[in-house]
Amino acid sequence: MPKGMALIDRERCKGCGLCIAACPFGVLGFSDEYNSSGYNVAAMVHPEKCTGCITCAQVCPDVAIEVYLFRPAPVREAR
Amino acid sequence: MLADAKIPEGYVRVFRRPDSMSDAPYTYCPGCHHGVIGRLVAEAIDELGIRGRTVGIAPVGCAVFLYRFYRCDFVQAAHGRACAVATGLKRANPDLIVFSYQGDGDLAAIGTAETVHAANRGENITVIFVNNQIYGMTGGEMAPTTLPGQRTVTTPEGRDVRATGYPLKISEMLAQLDGPAYITRQAVYDVRHVQMARRAILQAFRNQLEGKGFSMVEVVAACPTNLKVSPVDGNKWVTEQALRYFPLGDLKVRDR
Amino acid sequence: MRVLMRGNEAIAEAAIRAGCKCYFCYPITPQGELVEYMARHLPQQGGVFLQAESEVAAINMVYGASAAGVRTMTSSSSPGISLKMEGISYLAGSRLPAVIVNVMRGGPGLGNIAPAQGDYFQATKGGGHGDYRLIVLAPSTVQEAAELVMLAFDLSDHYRVPAMILADGMLGQMMEPVELPEPVDEGTILEKPWALTGAEGREPRVVLSFDLDPQGLKEMNLTLQRTYREIEAHEVRWEEVDTADAEILLVAYGTMGRIAKTVVRLARAEGIRAGLLRPISLWPFPYEPIRALAERIPVVLTVELSAGQMWEDVRLAVEGRAATPFYGELGGVVPTPKEILSEVKKHAR
Repeated sequence: MPKGMALIDRERCKGCGLCIAACPFGVLGFSDEYNSSGYNVAAMVHPEKCTGCITCAQVCPDVAIEVYLFRPAPVREAR
Repeated sequence: MLADAKIPEGYVRVFRRPDSMSDAPYTYCPGCHHGVIGRLVAEAIDELGIRGRTVGIAPVGCAVFLYRFYRCDFVQAAHGRACAVATGLKRANPDLIVFSYQGDGDLAAIGTAETVHAANRGENITVIFVNNQIYGMTGGEMAPTTLPGQRTVTTPEGRDVRATGYPLKISEMLAQLDGPAYITRQAVYDVRHVQMARRAILQAFRNQLEGKGFSMVEVVAACPTNLKVSPVDGNKWVTEQALRYFPLGDLKVRDR
Repeated sequence: MRVLMRGNEAIAEAAIRAGCKCYFCYPITPQGELVEYMARHLPQQGGVFLQAESEVAAINMVYGASAAGVRTMTSSSSPGISLKMEGISYLAGSRLPAVIVNVMRGGPGLGNIAPAQGDYFQATKGGGHGDYRLIVLAPSTVQEAAELVMLAFDLSDHYRVPAMILADGMLGQMMEPVELPEPVDEGTILEKPWALTGAEGREPRVVLSFDLDPQGLKEMNLTLQRTYREIEAHEVRWEEVDTADAEILLVAYGTMGRIAKTVVRLARAEGIRAGLLRPISLWPFPYEPIRALAERIPVVLTVELSAGQMWEDVRLAVEGRAATPFYGELGGVVPTPKEILSEVKKHAR
């Protein structure tokens, strides 16, 4: 399996949970943290399961997620 | 890249905010589908390389601040008049890529005439129509697209079709006309449909570049705040309720 | 070269000569010839003519075309202008230039298609919602209509305030010889550094008529108000006829102004020293010139094709310095010079 990483912008996150529900591998969950707007932000609770499939970023209504893939060789960015 | 993020060695970015989007945070409620739809518009603008010649038209309603979220020129239109404003812009300067972004109250109630006639003229514009079956900004009143029996603040016992009519199927109406080039209905409640909506929005912009004429992408969306459900249940509302009245798919595709 | 033209046609031709690139309309009497003329001639000049689905759509097309930075115009008559008021308020709020022609007819409601001046309040006091003004120019001859259309485009661009030509059914329909103004040199039309031309190589621009923050909206309003004060200081226009020795002053505009000129002549033939002040700009209104004349002329008679709308501004100008009788006709009835003359006789000493 590819190794990925979802980076969530805590200040953009509104804690809607859509990314958590959409993630096919159970990577994401609510963190213990609240941002300055008072939203309970999402985070990778099982980072080891992330494949970098970008599902979370595709459904995030606040465009708060960047996704990274472990690829020692450079690749073209895709969406 | 996120400002405070540390990216471990060997990781490459495969998804980020589109260039055409500004850094401004969305003003939408948590879980609102507007956010995804707005991003797909920006991705289409990026992919076609048209940011520098694009003019967006912000509606009245939840997307009134749309201009804040993009790095392109914008005008805010009177309620429902976006297609007329788009007509003026595009006719005055056909080199511009003009898109309007409107909700169901804006496009399908107060702006029905402007929408129908812009479509009928085949105006070479792109229209993004967010159908979430409710007036969001004003506080959850009945929309022309509100489902039968759906409770809103102005249909507290549920929409009674004998008194207030049926969900208005604007896309089906427009698809009957000779003017439009492309009328499609999409959704963004899961990743597969986000991808399909993305392709549709891209097509609607590409049509304008190719001079094909009026293209509209309706997106059946959720307004969890005014449905008074969680964002996850908002998605369920779309699949279990809204899509029964608003089936997805292309309603009109003209090749030339 | 003088040509014989209808008022409506002269207005249309002057707009084309003023560099109007986009004209959006919806048919209504008595300005039909304006629409027809534009349909025939504007596309030949490389411009855009579009018959919209409604007056509401037409004014919003003007809004779009103006935002794109071109000179643009719409025209209509009273009921249609009411429909345009939403868009006009947005134009004013967004500081977009445009020219709106109102060939007034009888009202209220559907009224009739005879000449009237019942839209004075609507034109000069705002008309739509919010604290705004239009530059309002009222021609009294076909020649003047053509000239004021050219001026309206210039003033509107310069101040970023929409301008209205307030004509009436009589002026729109009548034919007169007219010396058409020379077409403007396109190079002399003001640059519009706010126009939406695409953000290539520059920061994005936005055209907005709103700010949800009250302080922000107050600032936008103050900008408008500063502009209006500047217009009041520089753009008041009027004509005086035989005021130097007048013992009674008529105040009338547009078609009534024209008839009032005849009345002045008839009165003088009978030994009554009548004079006329004809406001050309209805906003800004010539308060000061009227005030100055009221210092020495004891009677200021306002004559209108309304129940006394401009009369209110005349009384504001006179402020008790002189008697301010009123004579008006309603419903599209146009008084004869003799009828007005008998009114003059009633009030002159």
